[in-house]
Amino acid sequence: MLSVVVFLPLAVGLVLLALPRLPDPAIRWTWVAVSAVDLALVVALWIGYDPSSGIGYETDVEWIPTVSSGYHIGVDGMSLPLLAMTCVLFLACAIFSLRETKRVRAYAVLFLLLHTVSLGLFVSLDLILFFVFFDVSIVAMYFVIAGWGHGERARRSALMFFLYTFLGSLVLLLGFIGLYLAGGTFDIVELTAAAPLDGGGPLAGLVLLALVVGLAIKTPTVPFHTWLPPAHSDAPAAGSAILAGVLLKMGTFGFVRIVMPIMPGTWRQYALVIVIVGVVSVIYGALVALAQTDLKRMIAYTSVNHMGYVVLGVGAAGLVAGTAEQARTLAVTGAVTQMVSHGLITGALFLLTGVLYARGGTYDMAAYGGLARPAPRFALLFAAAAFASLGLPGFSGFIAEFQIFTGSLPGAPVPTAIAVLGIVLTAALFLIAFQRVFLGATRTPGPVGDVTVVEGAAIAPLVVATVVIGVFPRFLLDVIEPAARAVVELVAR
Amino acid sequence: MGLLLVALVAVPVLGGLGLLVAGRPAGSVAAPVAIGASVVTLVLAVLVAVGRPAVSTPLVAGIDAALAVDGLSAVLVLLVSAVALGVVVFAAAEVSARHRFFGLVLVFVGAMLVTVTATNLLTLLAAWEVMGAMSYALVAHRWSADGPAESGATAFLVTRTADVGLYVAAGAALAGGVGSLALADLPAAAAGWRDLLTAGLVIAALGKSAQLPFSFWLSRAMDGPSAVSALLHSATMVAAGGYLLVRVEPLLAGSGWAGPVVAWVGAATVVALGLVALAQTDLKQLLAASTCSQIGFVVLAAGVGSTAGGTLQLVAHAATKSLLFLVAGAWLTALGTKQLAALRGAAWRWPLVGTVFAVGALSLAGLPPLSIFFGKDAVLAAAAATSPALYAAGLFGVLISAAYAAAALVAVLGDAPRDPGYDTEQAGTREISSPARWPLVPLAVAAAVLGLAVDPVRVALGAAGEPAPTPVEALVSGVLAVAVVLAVVLAARAALRGAAVLPELPALIRIGSRVGPLRAWLGLEHAARVGVAAPTMAAARALGVFDGKVVDGAVWAAAGTGRSAARLADLRVDTLISATVTGVGGVGRALGRLARRPQTGQLHHYYAQAAGALAVLALFLVLVR
Repeated sequence: MLSVVVFLPLAVGLVLLALPRLPDPAIRWTWVAVSAVDLALVVALWIGYDPSSGIGYETDVEWIPTVSSGYHIGVDGMSLPLLAMTCVLFLACAIFSLRETKRVRAYAVLFLLLHTVSLGLFVSLDLILFFVFFDVSIVAMYFVIAGWGHGERARRSALMFFLYTFLGSLVLLLGFIGLYLAGGTFDIVELTAAAPLDGGGPLAGLVLLALVVGLAIKTPTVPFHTWLPPAHSDAPAAGSAILAGVLLKMGTFGFVRIVMPIMPGTWRQYALVIVIVGVVSVIYGALVALAQTDLKRMIAYTSVNHMGYVVLGVGAAGLVAGTAEQARTLAVTGAVTQMVSHGLITGALFLLTGVLYARGGTYDMAAYGGLARPAPRFALLFAAAAFASLGLPGFSGFIAEFQIFTGSLPGAPVPTAIAVLGIVLTAALFLIAFQRVFLGATRTPGPVGDVTVVEGAAIAPLVVATVVIGVFPRFLLDVIEPAARAVVELVAR
Repeated sequence: MGLLLVALVAVPVLGGLGLLVAGRPAGSVAAPVAIGASVVTLVLAVLVAVGRPAVSTPLVAGIDAALAVDGLSAVLVLLVSAVALGVVVFAAAEVSARHRFFGLVLVFVGAMLVTVTATNLLTLLAAWEVMGAMSYALVAHRWSADGPAESGATAFLVTRTADVGLYVAAGAALAGGVGSLALADLPAAAAGWRDLLTAGLVIAALGKSAQLPFSFWLSRAMDGPSAVSALLHSATMVAAGGYLLVRVEPLLAGSGWAGPVVAWVGAATVVALGLVALAQTDLKQLLAASTCSQIGFVVLAAGVGSTAGGTLQLVAHAATKSLLFLVAGAWLTALGTKQLAALRGAAWRWPLVGTVFAVGALSLAGLPPLSIFFGKDAVLAAAAATSPALYAAGLFGVLISAAYAAAALVAVLGDAPRDPGYDTEQAGTREISSPARWPLVPLAVAAAVLGLAVDPVRVALGAAGEPAPTPVEALVSGVLAVAVVLAVVLAARAALRGAAVLPELPALIRIGSRVGPLRAWLGLEHAARVGVAAPTMAAARALGVFDGKVVDGAVWAAAGTGRSAARLADLRVDTLISATVTGVGGVGRALGRLARRPQTGQLHHYYAQAAGALAVLALFLVLVR
């Protein structure tokens, strides 16, 4: 069942490749349909999953027995929400791309491939499997940016993205090999049970360093973030939405899935470093975003800020001394909630910048003004997404950030108090951006129409989803909390 | 009963969201929807104020979304719903872009109702921040011009900066052992954490209530429609800070330091912003500064432990000030100006409106037996019981309030000049529609008679033991207020003789001639811009450059190093390796040639070689053995 969910998009993608006569509209609608089916399947998985049962829908088949690596997949409370978020976002992108006309077949197939590798990564319970999905995502995204990005610059940005994140994945692989050498297996569940490097020593530190740097590049945290803004500003809107919404989560997911459970002692030892990296990302990302004049780059930098909160939360979960389990559970739950929330919100924001680019051909905020007059629905959607992103209560971002702050403060009061200032900076930058583009006297590079039905159908559900999570978070937290508690207990053992 | 409490919040919020999502087509039904929702809300408010229900549902691990109505909440729920109804009815005759205006107002009302019924920090914080966002959108209601949007952003950013205190307070409460974040349990938090928690709450409350040093955002908020000022920036949202301090009064009292700090900040705001009000030439700015000053009494009350006094003052001020803001809005719509000089004689033009303004202004002046007299006196009584200095500061505040309220009244009571200077801010309609007048009367009645609420409020709050004003204290403050009002009015009559100079009266009462800083709200906004906003933006720009040049530069430099290394490898290492490979190949070929030599294909050669090899082998065995 789970394998079907994971590989359905790729299978359909291969079929699309095999049918060269298919007209473009059929391809687009097939893409939408398969994304919708996959989402429905994940909903079915969700309904059938018992949050207290640990890993569900497990499959464990021998794959490369010589290094005890298997095709081992399964879902738990960490991965299930991310699967759902991934499917929602890919469906939104499929709908948004209904107006795409450039090499539609290849575009659709690449996204279907990305869909499969994203789902595959989140269900991986084997390091080699994880690594394969991790790397293929980079390759596929490279082609999306290089092939459908904006102009000549896109190639260079895509190359930088590829080389930088690929280098990160190699560092990560080194860490995986270190874990294998110490534990004798690539199986995540077995490694978690054994915690082979928990005796400390230089090897443990080096392996942690490799894992953290590898994942930090993908997340990205300061100072490994500079591939992100060019990649975003030159990527097509749907590519940006997937890159920021799903691919970045692969980095932070690695922390909660691999690093924290397998290396609890080492994680605790270096937790304060992680916390500081998180706080620096929060403040630095927000400040640099504040300085941007290009709307898409600005949103890209807010990703650095938002992922910084996640890193803060998972780091604080390692500060065991003197903190209650409730606080650490809140921090990890908040971090996972933030991954889901950021995926939805930033996905919506990037698709909205796509709407803007389609109207005016530029992301430069100075080229626009007063768009709320010709495009009131566009303004309303952007305002909702912007307020969601700045963590307004009623949207999912607040539920996530409140938990992270409240859960992190007992263990790390000063860093957390500094990080809370990030919400003021994000508020400032979104209000300034909104004012520049949508309020004041109307100024546009050309005629600006309101959001179309297709665009609205792609973006509005994302905004609605963040509101639903923001107002009724229990359905989500009921799934995340047990898994977060399990991770907290693993870290504290 | 719990369902009623849910409905109390859900009715305005859902109504508001419905209007917002429906957009422009809903504009024509927006006002009826808003009035209907407000009426229902008011009815529900009465029911919950009587029934005192509580509801809660789990939200995040160990922390619920929880609402409950106790005595204090009951008073505020009634207050908020009543003022909201009045303002909505008034605005139905006034504003443009109705779907957005009424949608936002209704959502705001829902958020304010949650704020005053929340029983823990998470619920409170959520509603608290939503209020701030609605305030942003409502201040920026006329967004075509740059000013209102910028003002809204200023208001939101200042209050959100203070809200950081609430986030920190929530974490500190958890760290201090109050896992539920319940407001009632906060005083039980562990010592060090309790101080952090208290500090966070106090900062957030001072920010929301526009107390020193945050007051300036309220001045900017006056760019919004007057109905918004009447609801958010006098009666409800600004009052929320005072409410929170009253609510956590046991925490303040228990901390030792927080009570006096809060009391003195309140007293300082009473005096300083009262003087600011005195120096204003714009009616709405005068009212805004006066709001800071009057809420200062509430803050002072919380600091000296007078929950009943604080609540009374909150209620009395809400009725009085929303009335005054609505009248200012009505005049602005009709005459196109809110400059005191241009409003000369406005009170005579529409006698009913003029009368209710007079009632409001005299209540604001602290004249007995109007409502604010009772609120302020209850606060002063508690202040006197705590510290004579606080009492003196409060009394000075009474004096200033009487002066600026009388000044405003005298200005609008003058004879209308021939060329009054109307329409300087917008095109006036020269009429005040009757729907806009309806809500003024009940508000004026409330502003006049809410002094009767003294005992009910004390009972509702269970605060019968708190200090009540002695007859002497009441006499002192009452006589002072009357004396100042008379002095201002008589001075105006005697010294100015006639209409010509009347509007210049505010100038008379200005302290000396150095009113520049006072009129500019003590330069607080300038200080915040120079001291906080500008350095932040400078840091942002510097980091932006740093990010491009240094961080990204380092990556490219590293990549460049890689390329150089590759070139080096190409030139040297590669040559070396290929030379080595060639060399190894050569050696291999030579060995191969050597190896081929014995393979002659002739049998006798092979025999000879085998014999030789055997001989060597035998020799080897012999030697090794």
